[in-house]
Amino acid sequence: MTEDSTAAATATTAIETEEQDTTTTPLAAAPSELRIEHEQRQQKQREEIHALNKETLHHLLYQMVLIRRFEEKAAEAYTLGKIGGFCHLYIGQEAVAVGSISALRPDDYVITSYRDHGHAIAKGIPADEVMAELYGRAGGCSAGKGGSMHLFDRDVNYLGGHGIVGGQIPLGTGVAFASKYQGTDRATLCYFGEAAVNQGAFHESLNMAQLWKLPCVYICENNQYGMGTSLQRAMSLQNVSEKACAYDVASEFVDGMDVLAVRAATERAVARARQESLPTLLEIRTYRFMGHSMSDPGNYRTRSEIEKFQERDPIKLFRENLKTQNMLTDEENASIEARVKDEVERSAQFADSSPEPAPEELFAHVYANPIVNSEQ
Amino acid sequence: MAVITIREALNQAMREEMRRDENVFLMGEEVAAYQGAYKVSKGLLEEFGEKRVIDSPITELGFAGLGVGAAMVGLRPVIEFMTFNFSILATDQIINSAAKMLYMSGGQYKVPIVFRGPGGSAYQVSSQHSQALESWFAHFPGVKVVMPATAADAKGLLKSAIRDDDPVIFIEQERMYGSKGEVPDEADFTIPLGVADVKREGTDATIVARSLMVPIALKAAEELEQQGISCEVVDPRTIRPLDIETIINSVKKTNRVVIAEESHPFCGVGAEISAQIMERAFDYLDAPVKRLSGVDAPMPYARNLEKLALPDVARMVAAVREVSYLD
Amino acid sequence: MATQVVMPKLSPTMEEGQLSRWLKNEGESVSVGEPLAEIDTDKATMEAQALTTGVLRKILVPAGQTVPLGQVIAIIGEPDEDIADLISKAESGAAGAENKKSIEENVESGQYGAQQELAKIVADGARTQATIQGAPLTSDVGAEPEAGAAGQPPAPPPTSAVASAVPAAQPSGNGQRGDGRLIVSPIAARMAAEAGINLQTLAGSGPGGRIVKRDIETAISNQAQAQQQTAQQPLAEAPAPPPAAQAQAAQPIAQPAPPQQPEIEGASAYRDEPLTTMRSTIARRLTSSIGPVPHFFLTTEIEMDRTAELRRSLNELDKETKISFNDIIVKVAAVALIQHPQVNASFQEKAVRYYERADIGVAVAIEDGLITPIIRGADQKAVGRISREVRELAERARNRKLQPNEYTGATFSISNLGMLGIDEFTAVINPPEAAILAIGAVQPKPVVREGEVMVRQMMRVTMSCDHRVIDGATGAQFLQTFKKILENPLLLMI
Repeated sequence: MTEDSTAAATATTAIETEEQDTTTTPLAAAPSELRIEHEQRQQKQREEIHALNKETLHHLLYQMVLIRRFEEKAAEAYTLGKIGGFCHLYIGQEAVAVGSISALRPDDYVITSYRDHGHAIAKGIPADEVMAELYGRAGGCSAGKGGSMHLFDRDVNYLGGHGIVGGQIPLGTGVAFASKYQGTDRATLCYFGEAAVNQGAFHESLNMAQLWKLPCVYICENNQYGMGTSLQRAMSLQNVSEKACAYDVASEFVDGMDVLAVRAATERAVARARQESLPTLLEIRTYRFMGHSMSDPGNYRTRSEIEKFQERDPIKLFRENLKTQNMLTDEENASIEARVKDEVERSAQFADSSPEPAPEELFAHVYANPIVNSEQ
Repeated sequence: MAVITIREALNQAMREEMRRDENVFLMGEEVAAYQGAYKVSKGLLEEFGEKRVIDSPITELGFAGLGVGAAMVGLRPVIEFMTFNFSILATDQIINSAAKMLYMSGGQYKVPIVFRGPGGSAYQVSSQHSQALESWFAHFPGVKVVMPATAADAKGLLKSAIRDDDPVIFIEQERMYGSKGEVPDEADFTIPLGVADVKREGTDATIVARSLMVPIALKAAEELEQQGISCEVVDPRTIRPLDIETIINSVKKTNRVVIAEESHPFCGVGAEISAQIMERAFDYLDAPVKRLSGVDAPMPYARNLEKLALPDVARMVAAVREVSYLD
Repeated sequence: MATQVVMPKLSPTMEEGQLSRWLKNEGESVSVGEPLAEIDTDKATMEAQALTTGVLRKILVPAGQTVPLGQVIAIIGEPDEDIADLISKAESGAAGAENKKSIEENVESGQYGAQQELAKIVADGARTQATIQGAPLTSDVGAEPEAGAAGQPPAPPPTSAVASAVPAAQPSGNGQRGDGRLIVSPIAARMAAEAGINLQTLAGSGPGGRIVKRDIETAISNQAQAQQQTAQQPLAEAPAPPPAAQAQAAQPIAQPAPPQQPEIEGASAYRDEPLTTMRSTIARRLTSSIGPVPHFFLTTEIEMDRTAELRRSLNELDKETKISFNDIIVKVAAVALIQHPQVNASFQEKAVRYYERADIGVAVAIEDGLITPIIRGADQKAVGRISREVRELAERARNRKLQPNEYTGATFSISNLGMLGIDEFTAVINPPEAAILAIGAVQPKPVVREGEVMVRQMMRVTMSCDHRVIDGATGAQFLQTFKKILENPLLLMI
């Protein structure tokens, strides 16, 4: 047990201590303080850029832009009535999924909540299939039966979006349990919002994970609002990463607007999972630029608050830094945008032309094994 | 054929399946070092070790969900609830995760898991520890619900449940662990899920009974035979999928039916069976379908009240006589 | 990547929106989530947010204008992007129509989702509620339980120690309740129908006098004994409807139905008209009063002088033929039936069946009973032909040579005991026919005509009617026609 405590302690980074004051009241800080902090972080990213090759950097940018444009297209399709039900957009949080999943091998697992479009694309589900799923079509990655909240793809080890807040946390713990049981070194990334931290499922899972030393990386995407309720109104101890100590789990606080910081923190956590078979809790502070879902009027937060965070738009920051570090030319940027545009347009066309699920799909896959005396 | 207790039959089933398939593991409260709160897992830790027989913290939602996650990626967990009363804490994972995973993933992620443990009425443990929950689980497409009443059924059905690719709720009757019965000696004895068993043949009235109600129904049938009434006792064994055909065939023969259950009557399994009989065999009924359920009140502690809360032989005899127009 | 900004659907019931104010000007940058314009919906004023980041390139709908859902109101794109195509498409209205159609097609599910989620938001505060939804939603959300529902005492447990002490109701005569309804268990009803047992004759031994399986079993065994003891039953014992009739009764009935082909070879085509509520109430009530076929009787006296003369004339014309009164009666009845189709009918379980043709069953006494051979389409046949057919059928009936289709499936029957000197009698209907005519003897009687007593050849007839099909007036009208033709047989020529 002592060595684990050490791991937890050393995992805490400088950023976490910096953040202490602002995390409890993130909106109270004076603009000038935020500016200084922002500059520090930008400087840090500019340095980290040089640790990666150009191809990787471009891929990270490409994926973030792809998710952004994809979500914009989804929003448009929603207003046109092509997408029904709930539609939780990932705009603003792209660096979290892209940065963290870029630290994985293809055989590692990802499981997340209902705000799952970004992770699905980052993990490698073709945009076509994600869009078709949003449209409720047979060509969707869940055959049109899951919808926006329940994207699944076994081929890329994507274990789904889950609709009950915190419900996926025990599941991800079980996936990690299986990896260990099967003697593999596959890691599992299990995502949830900060509101899920108030659920028992979070605490039960972290306890089991450390107790049984499970290779699970718990990623709390702290976008600071549980639907319309701010962190401050919902959580007694608002520093989520600190909660890990209750279970002797290693933790880090990460800037979710910095794709490289997210990637680096996840790499450390994944290494801990693979090599030591230990869990990690990452609190990744981010912000969603859109409402909780498409039908959210958004009157629980101010325009200026949103604008403040939009100044730290993860795509904008990363692109600027790539340019100043001579890692991205205007032509390359244009080419990325063009490829993204193409892929997103194609996904909408694919979704539009994909057939609706056949009526018999209504009863398909209720059971895996045939029913002997079906009452159906 | 060996005569063993239901407890031993369940133990054999798990032991045999764990030997047969490395992916099967048992997790739950007190299943390992303590040897099982009801001794069902006795000796399994010694044979299979800590990796496969795992004592969990008291964290039902957590380990139920852990089991579902493990099942999604290839393991075959047997999750023991010390009693099914505690499964209520885990229903989000059972209903929202296990039951729906295959469906909402468009057929990609099956969940081969067994949630098992004692359920139904116990002796004098009052309201929270003495209740029948099968109608809750059986309500949902995507799960299977099994309730054995004999040692042979317990063994054969549990082995099938562990091999099944769907989530199975396997409810053992807490009062019945010690009841003995013959179990076939054959090496790989299994009983398919979804097949009812006619526990006794008869011509005048059908008693549909499950779990603890089966021995009570058989006793009632003996008494009724003395009175000249021939009862057929049908044990569905699996609540979902329900073998309604066997029940309907029996009703067509006897024209009268009593459905016995420990659970509360309202929205219960008995209500469902009654509705299906009405839909499929209305023209064969000679009397309204009679439900004999546990009372519509929580389970009391006092011994006399507890007895009144559950169907017994006398009331079952009276119910059969009622549908036979004999009183 | 230029995107179209459309008039968004901002409330579940919204069909169009007024663009009350633009919050951005053409050429201004907008970022995702930023308010673009204010829209007046049918419920409230809401902000339309930018769903993409870029430059507001073109405003297509000026402030103050109301446009339908899906109409393109603006275009957002890169500063230098070519948006000419999008503009022309938008201005032609094509895009709007396409979008609106798409919204309409898709709205059902989208609306549902929005409703669900809005319902959650309502809990967040009155302001939210007022802004996005207005009042109606709140009535659905968090509504108080209906008064009393929560406070009602629970129903007594259906099973209790005392449940079995409830005394079984005493068997009360037959299976009828106070309201006259027959109480019978489903299996008992089914068995009775199959065995042809009249439930009216049974005493129910179940609770409340319910007729149950064992009562039918007893009745079946009694019936078997009775049949062994008794010889043939007279006509009065109405046989159960033949299985074919039952099968037809169970068929779903179209309305209005084209003529159906009968199952019995050579029988009349018919059309079924579903029972009206009144018809079925009459049927049910009368059945429970008097038996499965509720009879009533209509009697009239007919002056037969002209018919007698006609008969004499006909028989003189052709010495070969020996036309009887009965042959003419068959013809006249058939002609009258065609004029009164309500009587040429039968009662089916869910319909009244009207026959196209008058197929008259003629009761023929044979050695140990009687049989009713049928003159098919008697309305179409000449009296001479009827006469020959009756004679031929009766002959074969006595020799027991009739084929089943020659004596099953009549639409109406006539029983004539006149030759046996019977003045007047009632006959029992042969189901499923709706009526039978009992013909008495033709005999001279004093009658009053124009104030003077004179002697006329009189015949009394009584029609038994199935009240489920025929009402008193309907039957009487038929008899009027029947009587009129017999009294003026020349009418047959018209």
